[in-house]
Amino acid sequence: MKCGVVVFPGSNCDHDVYHVWKHVLQQDATFLWHQDETVKDCDLVVLPGGFAYGDYLRAGALAALSPVMTAVKRHAAAGGLVLGVCNGFQVLLEAGLLPGAMRRNASQRFVCADVWLRVERDDLPFTRGLRAGQLLRVPVAHAEGNYEDSPQRLDALEAAGLVAFRYASPAGELDPAWNPNGAARAIAGICNPERNVLGLMPHPERCAEEILGSTDGLAIFSGALETLRHPKAAAATSATSAPEASAAAEAPDIARVEVGS
Amino acid sequence: MIARVTVYPRREILDPQGKAIRDALARVGFAGVEDVRAGKSFEIRLGLEDRDLALRQLREMCQKLLANLVVEDYAVEILHAEGGERP
Repeated sequence: MKCGVVVFPGSNCDHDVYHVWKHVLQQDATFLWHQDETVKDCDLVVLPGGFAYGDYLRAGALAALSPVMTAVKRHAAAGGLVLGVCNGFQVLLEAGLLPGAMRRNASQRFVCADVWLRVERDDLPFTRGLRAGQLLRVPVAHAEGNYEDSPQRLDALEAAGLVAFRYASPAGELDPAWNPNGAARAIAGICNPERNVLGLMPHPERCAEEILGSTDGLAIFSGALETLRHPKAAAATSATSAPEASAAAEAPDIARVEVGS
Repeated sequence: MIARVTVYPRREILDPQGKAIRDALARVGFAGVEDVRAGKSFEIRLGLEDRDLALRQLREMCQKLLANLVVEDYAVEILHAEGGERP
């Protein structure tokens, strides 16, 4: 299975993602340049962390308008898997592929630390190797990870079951002391109503090998690989979560962002 | 003409940067400052004569790129209707 890692001017986690897919999972991987107009037949597209376009204007705002993003939107609309990590998540928000926006961390500081992530959904294409409630130890490194949206849209997001990960205490409880950036409702990662697009602030590619001290992040990539290998199993999984799917239908506004589209 | 676009965090949203600036202003003696919203300002030179068209385009620029309406508001104004000199 082929993974395309998008390289914007200023991306700096592109090689880490490439390494996980190519050398840890032993799969085909390639880089996609920000000016490319196709995703080169990739099965999975990853928008990596970094500072695309220097974070000028707003993190992800200019990257969201680059030519490759038109191709990424096409790939997502056709049901292809898209993963955005950190700055890549910010790009997905600015591109309108996921709802909401990022503000500066409530602490006003760049935060670089390991956090506990609570898995909220284990039936997404990326999380099928995990179980709901499971805790992952994953590093964050960002200044703008303070997820925000209107209360109504946050309610709709939650009702539709689109929150994939939350920041939690080591006991798995939601606690402001364990929320590294002040994100609304401790949201660390979300997916789109179709569930093929996932964005998260923490860096799973930085904890996907024993030599790095943790392999907790590998499951997100191996989950995507399993989904690509056995798409029927993934379809069956989403059929079992029909109640959430109908909740998504009742929240038609959820994937619409007023700008950047 | 020359226009100015101002983008700032929406009132109902906590602005950590503005809050830090307010606290710093208090430390240098401006204790009466109740609130600060920290935003961005853009000076934009337009090759247009039609003021209404210019305002319409400026608002569209905000909606499409300059502001993120999930967390930001914007204001547009024409500074100089004629000429290209800087204000």
